[in-house]
Amino acid sequence: MSKQIKHYLGDKDVQIILGTLLRVGVLVSTAVVLLGGIIFMVTQSNHIVSFSEFKPEQAKFSSVADIIKGLKTFDGLAIIQFGVLLLIFTPIARVVFSIFSFLMEKDYMYVIIGIIVLCVIITSLYLDVAH
Amino acid sequence: MTVLLFTIIVLVGAFLAGLVGSLTGLGGGVIIIPLLTLGLEVDIHYAIGASIISVIATSSGSAAAYVKEGITNVRIGMFLEIATTLSAIVGVIIATYMDANYIIVVFGLILLFSAFMMLKKKIDHSNNEKTSVLANYFKLNGSYPTEGGVQQYAVHRVMGGFAMMFVAGTLSGLLGIGSGALKVIGMDNIMKIPFKVSTTTSNFMIGVTAAASALVYLHKGQIDPAIAMPVTIGVIAGATLGAKILIRTKTDKLKVIFAIVVTILALQMIYKGLTGNA
Repeated sequence: MSKQIKHYLGDKDVQIILGTLLRVGVLVSTAVVLLGGIIFMVTQSNHIVSFSEFKPEQAKFSSVADIIKGLKTFDGLAIIQFGVLLLIFTPIARVVFSIFSFLMEKDYMYVIIGIIVLCVIITSLYLDVAH
Repeated sequence: MTVLLFTIIVLVGAFLAGLVGSLTGLGGGVIIIPLLTLGLEVDIHYAIGASIISVIATSSGSAAAYVKEGITNVRIGMFLEIATTLSAIVGVIIATYMDANYIIVVFGLILLFSAFMMLKKKIDHSNNEKTSVLANYFKLNGSYPTEGGVQQYAVHRVMGGFAMMFVAGTLSGLLGIGSGALKVIGMDNIMKIPFKVSTTTSNFMIGVTAAASALVYLHKGQIDPAIAMPVTIGVIAGATLGAKILIRTKTDKLKVIFAIVVTILALQMIYKGLTGNA
């Protein structure tokens, strides 16, 4: 019984770090999106928009490389997209964090399972599905 | 429509979506997509891209609040994520080749189903009979703290749950939603995981699954920053407020009203898809 409680307390520490990680991830990405949004509104709020037709060829920031390139010119939309990217990476960071905590517990089966999940996500990063 | 007007409308809509989504447990995605497609004539591809971002935002945001209770079973989550992430990518690939009108019809049907599941009384099937060989092998059985001590629970029908997660992941990738309703069926009904564990664990999985599909959607040009910006800010603000109100509000009546609204939206989506207006 005492062993179980100890195990639970260990998990609790991990959970608290995780909670902080998630909160920081959401806060930072929202702040970046907000910053980009303000720049975008200041520079382009009078422009006319229409999203009634899907035009993937016109997407300016559809890869990590393009987003980083856009950041250098301080483009509002690129900054928004960078914030979106940070938001996407928040749950992925949670997976990476879990793999390390399994490693510390010497639970190698779950280290491998975690790596499999991470590999699937990394594949999605490079998967180019033509439309 | 000017950028300013579009941004304000989406911001208000996303705020309400995040608020009601967190109060009723339905999540933001199921409201963001009808708002954008029916209300603002946004193409379904962009609506899905914006929705998947709102799903990640609400998942990570509420997970941070859940974590204090310390009952997510990371092993169950990680194990089932093999199914949900793989199938999410399958879902995105299917979406690439599927007619947009059919996607809208499927979305309407899932919306109807979610409204039904929201009203259905949930029954906790959990017990501690460690009979599943796979659950023992993959160390899925766990425990959580209660006022009366540590409560042990056993996980059942691992293959069935895994299969259900494959369906949930496919729909998540196809429609840009969290598929919370299907994950609940997989975890509560099939695998007999107690509520206290299944809610937070499913939330963990929703974020990771959505991240996998979001990356593919980004590459396909479906995530437009001009839509993602008001959606992200609105949903996070709404969900944060919702989580604060939730502690001291009864949501039964709200759920009924919301189920009616969702049903009407679902029927409109199905009609839109069937008449080929996409």
